Amino acid sequence: MDEPAPGASLFGMLAEFDRAERLLDGVKQAREAGFRRVDAYSPFPIEGLADLLDFNESYLPWLTFAGGLTGAVAGFGLQVLTNLDFPLDIGNRPLISTPAFLLIAIELTFLFAVLFAIGGMLALNHLPRLHHPLFDLEAFHLASLDKFFLVVFSTDRRFDAAATRHFLETLRPVRVELVGHAEEPE
Amino acid sequence: MTDIARDGRGYAEVTREIVDIALDYPDRRGWWLCFLGALCLLLLFLVAVGVLLWNGVGVWGNNIPVGWGLAISNYIWFLGIGHAGTLISALLLLLQQHWRNSLNRFAEAMTLFAVLCGGLYPLLHLGRPWLFYWMAPYPNTMGIWPQFKSPLTWDFFAVLTYLTVSILFWYIGIIPDLAATRDRATTRRQQVFYGISALGWRGSARHWERWRQSYRLTAVLAVPLVVSVHSEISLLFAAGPIPGWTSTVFPPYFVLGAAFSGFAVVSMIAVVLRHALRLQDLVTPHHLDLLAKLLLTTGLMTAYGYWAEVFDALYGGNQLDLDTLADRVSGIYAWSYWLAIAANFLPLQLLWWRGVRVQPLLLFLIGLSVSIGMWLERFMLLVTSLYRDYLVSSWHEYQPSFWEWALFAGMLGVFLTLFLLFVRFLPVISAFELKEAMFEERGGKAQAVSHG
Repeated sequence: MDEPAPGASLFGMLAEFDRAERLLDGVKQAREAGFRRVDAYSPFPIEGLADLLDFNESYLPWLTFAGGLTGAVAGFGLQVLTNLDFPLDIGNRPLISTPAFLLIAIELTFLFAVLFAIGGMLALNHLPRLHHPLFDLEAFHLASLDKFFLVVFSTDRRFDAAATRHFLETLRPVRVELVGHAEEPE
Repeated sequence: MTDIARDGRGYAEVTREIVDIALDYPDRRGWWLCFLGALCLLLLFLVAVGVLLWNGVGVWGNNIPVGWGLAISNYIWFLGIGHAGTLISALLLLLQQHWRNSLNRFAEAMTLFAVLCGGLYPLLHLGRPWLFYWMAPYPNTMGIWPQFKSPLTWDFFAVLTYLTVSILFWYIGIIPDLAATRDRATTRRQQVFYGISALGWRGSARHWERWRQSYRLTAVLAVPLVVSVHSEISLLFAAGPIPGWTSTVFPPYFVLGAAFSGFAVVSMIAVVLRHALRLQDLVTPHHLDLLAKLLLTTGLMTAYGYWAEVFDALYGGNQLDLDTLADRVSGIYAWSYWLAIAANFLPLQLLWWRGVRVQPLLLFLIGLSVSIGMWLERFMLLVTSLYRDYLVSSWHEYQPSFWEWALFAGMLGVFLTLFLLFVRFLPVISAFELKEAMFEERGGKAQAVSHG
């Protein structure tokens, strides 16, 4: 993550936009102006926004695949090992019966793939995280309603409170605000 | 969906319309009336389960050879209903059908609660439900393992997997709306409740991107999962050497029948919810039309299953299968066969007309007829095959007892109670996906942005 560590005294500079197009435009210009540690917040997923932020991560498909593989091996292995551990000879039928074992193996493949996909998403997103410096801002509540936000993190090499504020104000935002340090929750 | 984009309403209005239902429920009196009714049924459920646990499965009409009875036919019925929610949500997401956004949330909630109700049945049917964990493979002092070649163990894994996946899929789908509810909550209790359940979601572009990846990956996995789970249930039948259960059409027939009954219930819920919560502008006649088309399509596919089953018996020429077929259409349970066909497929034909499809009351009644029809179908499939075994000496008729009916009514109470709580406290429609669709339909795309 590019975000300042939780203990940092300054989080960044935030600009609020009333239209998604302005946010997209703002992200583009911020990138062109050389800002690298930037994030955007929107009430709904916007296709292509992550690309503008140069964020193209592909851990999750691989994680999901690894989960599926784990489930398949564990599911099939479980049945083989338990049958070897306690052999039941029923009418001389095969002890390791692949067709009968496939169903549970497939179900566990699905189960582990989904657990990895969703668990991986939460872990990579560092969620749950109930407190966040942005939540201290009154206006940020609108990020889930109909407003769009752009934040330049204080960890950006080019970050300078006055200059960054000046730059963000050229993007036609509704407002620009300094985001302070994260207070400890009471 | 297109209707919403056209009428020029903003993102905020759509969010408020949905989220405010959870925060400040509009018709509390009506809700309480329904909830009290549901609680009465829930009480009946507790009594029926108590009686069952105290006396054992002997209080039911089950016998040998009909060892399954209502418990298993209801199990299949409930689980089948559940599948429609997953299909609407996952399949239509992958096909990028925006209209799904008005329906997927409550359809998934229906899935969740139906699977929960369904899953309780095999447990209660065990005879000693408190030993259900014997089905799980864990190292135990007895030194033995579950029988992995038994459909009962397949069931355990299939239902548990399906329940877990449904809960997770539904939950990550609701997190962004829980965040919206949190941000509009005014009382401390609401802020804490929605705040914790939203997990601190803040709509970061990076979070959205990962969210989108995992949501789609889960959807891709959920669709074949549905097919595998209900195919597995048909194998519960097909793995037994019972005449009438051996047709190879069983897996697709069961999966499509499940989707059929589920779409029927989704239609009913959609009609009731849009009326009760005044969501006519979000769940439009267009949605009802599409739901009805899905219902008609899956209905016709299920009808093919009926036909294929009959054909299979006739073409196969096995005397036992032919006897079972003759008994189904003219034996003492023939009423269940003909009522199932009538309730499933006769009113359904009205849906060929658009006028009927967009008429909420008619759609509700047809949905009701289908859900009853599909219930009868499961009863028929189960009982007509079981009660006449190979040996005439072991033939035995089956009559559901009072406590079986009581448990069924009670189980509906479990479903209704959970569903009413969902309607009362959680966003019933996916607000953020509606907003996303509005944005995209207005031509918004990151690539299309021009400077200036």
